[in-house]
This record gives sequence, structure tokens and C-alpha cells, in this order.
Amino acid sequence: MLIALALALVVLAILSLAAPLLAWAALGVRVVYAGAALVSLVFAAGGFVGLVSAPEALALPFGPPWGAMRLALDPLSAWFLLILGLCGVAASAFAFGHVKGPEAPRRLVPYPLFLAGMALTLLAADGFTLVLGFELMSFASWVLVAHEHEQAENRRAARLYLGFAALGGAALILCFGWLAAGTSAGAGFAALRAAPPDGLRALAILLLVVIGAGSKAGLVPLHVWLPLAHPAAPSHVSALMSAAMTKVALYVLARVVFDLAGPAQPLFWGAVLMALGVASAIMGALRAALEEDTKTLLACSTIENIGLITLGLGLALAFRAADLGALSAVAAGAALLHALNHAMFKTLLFLGAGEVLHGAASRRMDRLGGLIHAMPWTAGLVLVGAAAAAALPPLSGFASEWLLLQALIAAWRVGDLAFQIGAAAATALAALAVALAAAAMLRFYGLVFLGRPRSPRAAGATELSGAARAALIFPATLTVIFGLTPGYLLELAAPALRLLTGAGAGLSALGGVTVTVSEGGAGYAPMIIFAVLLLMGGAAVWFARRQAPGILHGPAWDCGFIAPPHHLPFGDPTTQVSAAGMAQPLRRMLGKTLLAAREQVEMPPPGSIAPAHLQAGFHDPVLVLIAGPLPRARDRLAALAERLRDFSLRQCLGLGFAVLLGLMALLIWLERR
Amino acid sequence: MSFGQLPYDLAHLLGGAVLLLSFVLLYQRRIAAVINAFATQGALLALAAAWQGYVQGAAGLYVTAAIAFGAKAVLIPFALHRLVRRFNLQRGVDPALGIGVSMIAGVALAGFAMLVVLPATAGQRALAREDLALALSVVLLGGLMMITRRNLISQVIGLLSLENGLILAAVGVAGMPLVMELSTAALVLMLAVIAGVFALQMGESFQSLDTESLDTHRGEGE
Repeated sequence: MLIALALALVVLAILSLAAPLLAWAALGVRVVYAGAALVSLVFAAGGFVGLVSAPEALALPFGPPWGAMRLALDPLSAWFLLILGLCGVAASAFAFGHVKGPEAPRRLVPYPLFLAGMALTLLAADGFTLVLGFELMSFASWVLVAHEHEQAENRRAARLYLGFAALGGAALILCFGWLAAGTSAGAGFAALRAAPPDGLRALAILLLVVIGAGSKAGLVPLHVWLPLAHPAAPSHVSALMSAAMTKVALYVLARVVFDLAGPAQPLFWGAVLMALGVASAIMGALRAALEEDTKTLLACSTIENIGLITLGLGLALAFRAADLGALSAVAAGAALLHALNHAMFKTLLFLGAGEVLHGAASRRMDRLGGLIHAMPWTAGLVLVGAAAAAALPPLSGFASEWLLLQALIAAWRVGDLAFQIGAAAATALAALAVALAAAAMLRFYGLVFLGRPRSPRAAGATELSGAARAALIFPATLTVIFGLTPGYLLELAAPALRLLTGAGAGLSALGGVTVTVSEGGAGYAPMIIFAVLLLMGGAAVWFARRQAPGILHGPAWDCGFIAPPHHLPFGDPTTQVSAAGMAQPLRRMLGKTLLAAREQVEMPPPGSIAPAHLQAGFHDPVLVLIAGPLPRARDRLAALAERLRDFSLRQCLGLGFAVLLGLMALLIWLERR
Repeated sequence: MSFGQLPYDLAHLLGGAVLLLSFVLLYQRRIAAVINAFATQGALLALAAAWQGYVQGAAGLYVTAAIAFGAKAVLIPFALHRLVRRFNLQRGVDPALGIGVSMIAGVALAGFAMLVVLPATAGQRALAREDLALALSVVLLGGLMMITRRNLISQVIGLLSLENGLILAAVGVAGMPLVMELSTAALVLMLAVIAGVFALQMGESFQSLDTESLDTHRGEGE
């Protein structure tokens, strides 16, 4: 299977090389996207095979001077490869369905490379190959983010993204270099495993991998590029970035902290990940509840879900350090399951948002509304995704978040008091984040699809068809299926969980029709709940139908406002809630402390007939930090360096002489040691 | 070849003398005297190279010695004296550091050079180690001279005496190819020519060879 996957990578490279020529005709563009979809299907199949069969390894006949590049397919990489494959199929099919004619090569060429970079990262079995794949993924996605570089905000997003990608790449290179410093046999994973780091080196590696993978996954405080860059890319790429690329970054995190750093790391490693995860979950969910742009909202929701997954991973790490193998498997299972579920519903939502952008020509929720009439298919499919993101049973989001909260509630079993208190706080905050995410999804769906159209363009929106519809149906179906079968998915993931937690026992109790956390503990049987919900819903409909005389269509209720005049066929816009208005309660309650939300009323002077203005908004504190003190520090440094140019001739000579003496002093010191 | 044998002792003596003249260069204030001290250093360097050529039996080192003598003991000092006469600097004084301070700084730098070289060359022949230490001291003193002097001629002499140190290191090591020394010699001549042209231009424009006077004219172009 591994050879087939390696060949799939070669196919992607060929597609990318041929893309400049194929971009000239619609047929060629379709060939590229169809090829990408087929290769993604191979990835998904490879992931499935890797989960049910023994690990494979393959040494390539080329590589850096210190050794061959190595590929491997073990259960952990297989699980994430499955995620990548499923997302890739949907995104490529969506792009295929939206081909209208020749496409700009700069949009087409990086796309297969992006997929190949992610797959190479997942299949890598040595540090060099992994970093190579990671950088390829960063670079290709950067080109895609910058595809509409005519607009200043897209240029800014791409620049910010490139900065964070460079930071992350540098941190990862250092991380693997330092890991390999303990071995003499190169940076192959087997050699790294044999020499796990300890002491200060382990701490440095944890820090570096959190920066390297966290900046790509969007962990707070390295998340600021994400709500800007993900929406700037074309919709199918946004979906891949949000759903698959962040997971690839989490895979790197899990690979290093669970696998390569060895099983003997202390409890606080888990605590660090948990703290970052909770912060990301809260920040992402709150921002998602306040944003006014559909794709930005979805990107913020990605931060929240990444936070929950990281929380699960951290909890699993802590349980493993406390020798609680079965609970560790529960937490890791929640994390892996949520990674899969989030990938599916976020792909669905982003593709849906792309469809809305295509059909109603706007991403701003203040220009949308009432699309359920014009785009019934999209509305129905996005509803599935939004409900899953809001963690409504029996959809997929509920199953994994329920499992995560169950694992958090069991965190008192770790003996450390500080950890118990922290875990209790994390439980409360995670629950808050889940609730905020539900509110965000409700607001998203309500503003975009319900109510009346807020602009003529939204009223004249067009529905999707063909491959694009199939591209939405595919993840929606999987979201429903995964929601009903979490137990079987956990059984499928069992080899990966064994690899992560080292636990042999306790896994069997997880799987099956009913997901149970422990013997005699809480259980969740999604199919039974689904049947009950179906019965109750059917009964309610039947009862309502029997009571009512028939179906009557009336005008939408106008909140008691007077009827609009004839020149406003879609009603008076001010009688509908706006995106900012719907976010106001949360902005006032939570935004002031976390997001520096502000509200200011500007009254006209007495006697003036000018209108009063209410200005409200918020900004991300980290973004402010990046926009303010960081450039200022850079400018100060530059001014300091500029003063070197004012040195006189003798001072310049003296500077060189002093550096020479300094280097010689260093030499003496090194010789003395 | 070790301590107490003639080849070693004489080589050591000549190297030490070159270093001694570097100290002289460091505190000498009168420009004409600086040039003379430099000429003497060049002559001693040529002698050291010739002695090494005799001891090692390397004919190439005689060429080096001849070039060093011709360029550094005769040609360059002669040209510098002409420059001095042209700008009426025969009695010119270039304020250097005081004698005490320059001696202390020079000794400190020489000690520094020993600290660097001796551990780094452990296990090598004694002569090579001593030779390298002396040469590095000469290099550092040349650098010190460049940053403490203000007059262009003294600065150029600082650079050239720094280069003397490099030649001294090169001749002490057996088996250094001749082409290296030839190219260093060519480099020195080029440096001297450029410095001469520069000094002429500067003297005509500013009526002074004080490099501090350049600082006020920064950024002025065509």
C-alpha cells in the first residue's frame, strides 16, 4: 500500500508540473481536479488499509547526505491520512464542479502540491522528510492564500501567514535537529525513539514543537493569521486548510510529544497542551460568535475545534504520565474522533460558504439572508454541518465532544491536586466553549439562510448543481454516519490509540453500538437516541398535522413593525437583526475582557439634525501585539543598526578589531573547557 | 630543532625583533620616524624569511625575502618619504596613545595572542608554535596601530605591518607554497599603490592627511 501512496505523490507532482499547460482549457483544469480527487481517494483507502493492517516502511533511493528519505505508514499516520483523503475528495470535487473555463495557473499549480505536501508530512518516517513535506504544505498554501493579491487585505493576510509559516518551519527544523542530536544514526524516527530527550532538552523540544505545529494548527496565541488567511484562499482550499492542514499540524504535535519524545515525559507536558487547548477553544468560539464574515466565522470555529482536540491530546498525555492507560485511551480517542468529525463538518461548512459566496456573491452576513428559499439543497446540507458543529445529537460533533467531556470529568483520578483543579477549570471552560460554538453556529445559520434577504443579490441567489452538490452531499452523509457509529470508529482507531497511549486494555470497552467510558460508567448509544428522536419528531409532526386544518403560507412575521412600503420588496432592512446586532449580548458579556470590545456613541451637538453614531467593534489582542510593539521593536533595532553607519573611519576599524578580539576570547574560553 | 640550537634560536630572535619593532611603531609619534621603523621591520622580516629559506632549504623563501626587502624595506618607505616631503610633514607629529598606555595595550595583546595560539597548536613543533604566536602578536599590534592613529600614512603603515605579521607566519611554516607568498606580496604592492593615490587626492583636497577630516564630508558625491 505504501508504494501505491508514494506513486500517488508522484502523480500529484506530475499534475502540478503539467498544470501550467492544463490551465489553458477548462478540460485541462477538470483533469487536474479530477486527478486530485482520485489521488485523495487513494489516500483515504491507504488510511483505511493502514489502520487495519500491519505498519509498513519504505526507504526511498534518494535523500539528504546523511541518509535515505524514509516513508512509513503506521496507525497514527493512517488515521490522519484517512482524514486528509476524505477532505481532499470533497474539496477537489467541489473545485471540479466550479470549473467554468481556463484558470489562472497560480491557482491551479499549487493545489496538487498542497495535497502532496500534507500527505508527505503524514507519511514521513524521518525528520528531514517530515519538515520537507511540512514546508511544501506551507508554501503551496501560501501561494493559494495570495491568489487574489490585488486586494490589500489579501496581501496582508498572505504576508502574516508567511511570517507565521516561517516561524513554525524554523521551530520545527530546530526541534528535529535537537531531537536528532541525541542519536548518531540520523533523524529516522526509529533512531529518535531510541534516544528520547530528557531534562532541559526535552523542555526545549516541547516548546519548539508547540511553536512549530501550534502556529500551523492555530493554537492561541499563534492563531492570528488563521482567521485572515483561511478566508482569503479559494473556498475549496479554505476547506482543505481548515479541515486537513490544521490536522496535519496536530499530527506532527502528536507524533513528537507522544511518540518520538518517549513515554517517560512528566505530567506537566499534558498540562501545557491542555492550557493551550482551552485558551484556543474559548478564544475561537467567542470570535466565531462575533465575526460578521461567513468564512472568517468558520475559520474561528476551526480554532475552537483545534483547541478541543489539543485539550484531548493534552489530557491523554497527562493520563499516560499518571499511568492511567484506559483513561488515556478515552481522551486520545476523543481527540482523534473529533479530528475526523471536525474535518468532515468543517469541509462541509466551508464548501457551503463557498457555494453561498458563489450563488449570492457575498461573504458578509449583512448582505445574505433567506437563502433557504433560493438554495434549498445548500441550506439543508449546511444545516447538517452546522448542527454537528453545534454538537447536537445524534450528529458527529456531539459524540466526540461528549467523549472529551467525559474524559475531563474523570481527570480527578490523576493524583496531583494542582492538576485536578486545573482540569476542573478546563472542564468548565471547555463546556463554555462548546456552548459558545453552538451559539455561533445558530447565528451563522440564522443570518445566512433564515429570515428575509438583506440584499437583492441574496434574493436572486442561484442553487448549486452537479459535482459541487455531490461534493457537499459526501461530507454531509459522512457527518451523519460518523455521528451514528462513533463506537465502530473508535474500534477502527484502536491501533492508533494503542500507539499513542501504550494502553492495551480498556480499549475494548470503548467500542461497539454503545460508547462507554468505563465499566459501569456513562454510556452513549447514538443509534438508540436517533431512533427516539425520530419517533418523537414523527409523532410531533403527525400530531401537529392532525390539529391544523392544512398548510397555509403567510408573510414572515415582522416583529410588530408596520408593513414596508412598496419600493422595499424585501421588507425594511432595519427590521431584521444584523450580524453585529445578534452578536451584541456576547460581545458585551465576554468580549470586553477577552477581545477588547468597545462601544462608543457619538451624539451630534445640540440643535444639529445630524444622526447619532454607535460604533462597536473588537479586536484580537494578539493581533494588536503583532501590529504594535513588534514592528516598533523592529524599527528600534533598525535605527540602532543605522547608527553604525555614522561611525567614523577609526570607529569602524575599531569595531572590526573588537569583533576579532571577541572571537579570539571565545576561542580561548572554548579551549579552556 | 629545538631550544638551544642555532636555527631555532636565530629564527626566534628575528621573530622577536619584528615584534619589538611593532612596539616601536605603536608609540613613535613623528611620522618620518614611523616610516623608518617600518623600513627596519621590513628588513628584519626579509632576514627572517631568508634564514628560514636557508634552514628549510626552500629556494622559494629567498624570493619571498627578496620581495619583502625590496618592497617593504626600500620601495614603500621611499615612496612614503616622498609623500611626507610633498606635504611638508617632515616634522609632522601624529598623536598616538601615550607610551605607557600603548606598551600596556601592546603587551596585553601579545599575551592574548599567546593564550590563543599555544593551546590551539598543542603537539606541534615548538618553533611553529612560537612563530605563530609572534606573528599573531604582530598582526594584533598592527590592528591596534590602525585604530589609534589618525594620520593616513601611519594608518597605512599599520595595515602594512599587520601584513608583515602574516608573512612572518607564512615563512615559519614549512611547505607553504610559493604562490601564496607571491600573491600576498602582490596584494601589499596594490595596497601601497591605492594608499598612495588616495593620499595624494586627499592631500590636494584637504591639505591634510588627517583621516578625521574625512568624517565631515560623508555622503558627498558627484
